[in-house]
Amino acid sequence: MEVVLQHLSKHFTDKKGNVAKAVTDLNITIPSGKLIGLLGPSGCGKSTTLYMIAGLHKPTEGKILFGKSDVTNVPPEKRGIGLVFQNYALYPHLTVRKNIMFPLENMKMPKEKAMKLAQQYADLVDIGKLMDRKPKELSGGQQQRVAIARALVKTPKVLLLDEPLSNLDARLRLQTRVEIRRIQRETGITTIFVTHDQEEAMSISDEIVVINNGLFQQMGKPQEVYDEPANLFVAKFLGNPAINIFEGEIKDKKLLIDGIEFDHGFNGEDRPVLVGVRPESFRLDTEKGKLPIEVDYTEHIGRDVTVIGHVEGQTKTIRIIIPSEQLATIGDAKKLKFTPKRVYVFEQSGERIK
Amino acid sequence: MLEGKKDGWKALIALAPALIFLIVFMFFPIVNTFIMSFMENFQFKSGAGIFAINHRSTGIGFGEYINVLRNPLFITALKNTLVMVVISVPISIILSLLVAVVLNGIKRFQNVFQTIFFLPYVTNTIALGMVFKVMFGTNHGLVNLVLSWFGVGPVAWLTNAASGGYWSSLFVIVVYTVWTGLAFKVLVFLSGLQSIDKQYYDAAKIDGASRGRIFSKITVPLLSPMIAYITITSFIGAFKSYENVIAIFGNGQYTFGPYGNTNMWITVVGFIYKTMPNMMQAGALSRASAGSVILLLIILAFTVIQLYVSKKKVNY
Repeated sequence: MEVVLQHLSKHFTDKKGNVAKAVTDLNITIPSGKLIGLLGPSGCGKSTTLYMIAGLHKPTEGKILFGKSDVTNVPPEKRGIGLVFQNYALYPHLTVRKNIMFPLENMKMPKEKAMKLAQQYADLVDIGKLMDRKPKELSGGQQQRVAIARALVKTPKVLLLDEPLSNLDARLRLQTRVEIRRIQRETGITTIFVTHDQEEAMSISDEIVVINNGLFQQMGKPQEVYDEPANLFVAKFLGNPAINIFEGEIKDKKLLIDGIEFDHGFNGEDRPVLVGVRPESFRLDTEKGKLPIEVDYTEHIGRDVTVIGHVEGQTKTIRIIIPSEQLATIGDAKKLKFTPKRVYVFEQSGERIK
Repeated sequence: MLEGKKDGWKALIALAPALIFLIVFMFFPIVNTFIMSFMENFQFKSGAGIFAINHRSTGIGFGEYINVLRNPLFITALKNTLVMVVISVPISIILSLLVAVVLNGIKRFQNVFQTIFFLPYVTNTIALGMVFKVMFGTNHGLVNLVLSWFGVGPVAWLTNAASGGYWSSLFVIVVYTVWTGLAFKVLVFLSGLQSIDKQYYDAAKIDGASRGRIFSKITVPLLSPMIAYITITSFIGAFKSYENVIAIFGNGQYTFGPYGNTNMWITVVGFIYKTMPNMMQAGALSRASAGSVILLLIILAFTVIQLYVSKKKVNY
């Protein structure tokens, strides 16, 4: 089921009349049968967007379409959605079986059929043997699976996941994200999930939507968004370690950092700009490298080496990742020269120039 | 137990005021009552203080228990108490739960309504009883006035059994008991409701649960610890009732009914209270004590059953 958000806005007004704009003029088309990650820092409005799609929040403005039908004013139970809450919201007094059966009982499905379906979905998420336990007797990961099974059992048209992995420990998170991907593939349900973790979003999403301050930033396949960030925010938000930002300038249509020319062919007046280079996008060139870096220290993480340093005269810390076999070349050097392979140029306002 | 001797003393000193009061006004009277109840024809001996063990009696045994259980007034009191408990407790619990749910659901004026419902709690029960007596008066009462608008003739609410006042006065007692007890129960339920995570309701909404199912499958189970607590305390409170009858009939401390039928709605505590003042009479205190112990055993039995049931039902 395709989900279309048209000019969607949500403003919260508190008792004193202060208006907080959680989401502003969002226009997104979420393709059918895909896994989409809504990505942004906490408080950016991504959960609000999810709750609007679920029908728990009423949009201040705009429309929500499921396929061709406008569901903006349809109550949540009639939208045919499954929602997994951040804290799972499993009913604490009911067993796993009863939790999963709850939506089916609401549809007045015969008990035997409901029990069979519940078992089927419990098996799908691999908790089929825990059916008689209470939620508090389960680990976080198991609770999360129960929540997914409960959301899936009524065969929703759209599955919504709110920070589904944030309550899990690091190892379980990796495992569960693979699991979510598998379940989504197996069921083919259009799935939208919210996360602030860019790595998580990039690793399992078919497409990601980046949101900041309630405003749409960019949508696309994870690698595309990573490679071609629309603006400084997206460039900074994706990638770990984060992109390096240098202070540069455009002078006579040339891009200069520290007086050294890096690129040319720029339009407009001479002005200061910001230059982004991803940590892995440097080539070590002790002879002809364009960018001299003063090395503060190096970190060895097995496969790679991270060089932490700064451009002479600038205080910003720069991180550069190079393959560890080049380590011997570096030695104990205090100064190294690099040539950036790929350079992103942004206006001071954050808008991408190149 | 306590690690350092010093700490033990400190703790004891800190606890002393409460302990002394509890011993003097709780434990000692309980033990004394218990002993007295087994002393047949117990009588005060002048100059011997208040210790039961020192006094005159004609024998030790269950004689006074048999006397009490054979006493028609006690049987009436027991019957009355049970009738009031069985009728008023379930009504008050269900009603207060509904009021709490409705109050929790409204957004505007919630505090105003909360205050209105809480007013009986901070008002003197005798004063409330007087208001009830006036409102349910036969000739000038507000209730009969309202009934007359619907063509219902004046009802003699608080009249004696011979004039058919049994059920009508029971009705007044139940209304009074339920209403005065409502405030506290509503408050407990309301705080319970407000502590339920809103996500459960969101989840239930998305799962397509109807309002009725949300109430019975989500609200009631999640509120069950509060419901159990209120049920147990309500039963105990109702078994101990006494002042409600006194307040409504308002004819004095030993009258539990209208003129000519002053024992119509006597309760077990009423019986104890009425038996006790003749303490110079041989056996009066023994019978009052025996009545107290019997009441204690009944309450204990009910509470144990409820605790057992709630352990099975309150589980999350």
